[in-house]
Amino acid sequence: MKILVTAKRVTDPNAKIKLKSDKSGIQTDGLEYKPNPFCENAIEEALRLNETHGGEVVVVSIGPSDVQATIRTALAMGAHRGILVTGLDDHQMDSDLVARVFAELYKRERPDLFLLGKQAIDGDSNQVGQLLAEYLEIGQACFASKVEIHGSEAIVTREVDGGLEKIAVGMPAVITADLRLNEPRYASLPGIVKARKKSIDEIDIRSLGIDTHLKVETVAYEEPKTRGGGVTFVGGVDELVGKLKSEAKAI
Amino acid sequence: MRQFPDSLLDDSQIAFRETAIRFANDHIAPNAYEWEEAEAFPKDLYRTAGKAGILGAGFPEDVGGAGGTILHVIATQEGLLRGGSTGVIAGLGSLGIALPPVIAANDPMHIDQYVRPTIRGDKVAALAITEPGGGSDVASIRTKAVKDGDHYVVSGAKMFITSGVNADFVVALCRTGPEPHSGLTFFIIDRTLPGYSVSRALKKTGWRASDTAELSFNEVRVPATHRVGPEGSGFLAVVRNFQAERLVLAAYGHTSAQIAYENARDYAQQRTAFGRRLSGFQVTRHKLAEMWTQIVAAKTLNYTVASRIAAGETLIAEVSAAKNFSTIVAEKVCREAVQILGGMGYMRETVVERLSRDVRLLAIGGGTYEIMNEIITKSLFNPA
Repeated sequence: MKILVTAKRVTDPNAKIKLKSDKSGIQTDGLEYKPNPFCENAIEEALRLNETHGGEVVVVSIGPSDVQATIRTALAMGAHRGILVTGLDDHQMDSDLVARVFAELYKRERPDLFLLGKQAIDGDSNQVGQLLAEYLEIGQACFASKVEIHGSEAIVTREVDGGLEKIAVGMPAVITADLRLNEPRYASLPGIVKARKKSIDEIDIRSLGIDTHLKVETVAYEEPKTRGGGVTFVGGVDELVGKLKSEAKAI
Repeated sequence: MRQFPDSLLDDSQIAFRETAIRFANDHIAPNAYEWEEAEAFPKDLYRTAGKAGILGAGFPEDVGGAGGTILHVIATQEGLLRGGSTGVIAGLGSLGIALPPVIAANDPMHIDQYVRPTIRGDKVAALAITEPGGGSDVASIRTKAVKDGDHYVVSGAKMFITSGVNADFVVALCRTGPEPHSGLTFFIIDRTLPGYSVSRALKKTGWRASDTAELSFNEVRVPATHRVGPEGSGFLAVVRNFQAERLVLAAYGHTSAQIAYENARDYAQQRTAFGRRLSGFQVTRHKLAEMWTQIVAAKTLNYTVASRIAAGETLIAEVSAAKNFSTIVAEKVCREAVQILGGMGYMRETVVERLSRDVRLLAIGGGTYEIMNEIITKSLFNPA
């Protein structure tokens, strides 16, 4: 079974984000990047499926050459090779363009499954998997919390409002990973050393022959309002209980 | 692009550090306080670390290691220290000084029965050099190994042995001849051998979670097959080993300083006194600026010396200089961090308090501050 899986990089969630002075984006100087946690779930699932069913796990990403480091982390976890589509900076993409790039990679690689994180924790758009399946006209199963392969079908348990839904999709299919799908493994130290010798193909986006215009135009970024002061001090337990009853109406 | 001086490390070294940080966050940080107070950590942690490949940093792949250079080792140790306990990582890391003499001697039986299981975390290894009668003076070793047929009979005592309580075997430096240096030989000694005993677990100022022991060998019959290299090869192995050990200790220094500085910086931005944040006082800001400056200098020196050694240069005096400089930086920065935290910096629940005790060892372990200066002096007056 051949699996394509995404490794998007996102800004370190623990770092303090600052906006550029013209509010056109965030300041990226000196910013650290981490793999998108949902992509890590997708990669882990790809590796587990590979351990059971064999085949190949190919990690794909888009961005400047630095994104090789993010792909390399997935290779260190055990993926076989990588493809990086270059020619776009992190902020020069929208969900639709990303889906179009992945659709082109799909056509070149012909995988049985295309696994993605359900969303990236920076833009939180949650659209790429769905768009990709639509462009490819293949089945999709988003927000997966369990994936099983039976013959030519993937049986996917999805997290939906109020419970779990189990669906069968014929392969090839697009599956997006939810947080509870699995516990991603570490890149082991021997894995990191091995990953240095694995190949990452760089493909310039212009050579893909796809429409690269953006459908989403970003007007401006704004910082969230700083929180106003709440009531932070109470004199004692009685006062706390009183405030919870009368002001917060929590009890 | 990574910020300087992290930009001196390559992607694979950063990746080693990231994995080590994750391991430290998952397996060390949640228990660090408890283990420090208990002055021990569960032996299981060796296996957990072995499984994550953490213990193999810097060891060759053909003996079960993860590969990489001294810089990979340093990056890994930096990551592990983020767990907040030097004691735990010193204990976990005792193989880092115990295995190199064995690997260098390259006896297939030793590699299969001792090196590989230790890197996997199935066995705990300790290096035993120091004796109750003498510290940095290796030539004064008194523990004797006397040939008797196909065995050596070992008698003597070893002191301040990191992981000595938990160790399944020690790599012990023994005297096989009267010559001060060329009469020394390493032996692998199993803890199960009759006559081997742990005299006592030692209580320490810092590094509390690591177990430190006094060992005694009472006519222990060690198979001659457990001799490491030819007779008399011990001293050179010690000298080689010290270079890596000292660089790792130097890295403990800059990393301890870094963590203490970050804690102090964050605290200064939250804590208010006299109507403003501590960071609003110029005296605090300048203190932090000086701490940061010292750390950048120490890291730059350590990374640079380590990368030159990885490239094959021999830098004896520079390694000693790196260790001493980092020691001073760590002591100064941790002291200032305690000052900024004030009363909280004196409470055992804070990492800053723990680090301020832990860094005191850096001027003692792996050769004292004064011995480092002696080594440097030799290169000053007898340049190569």
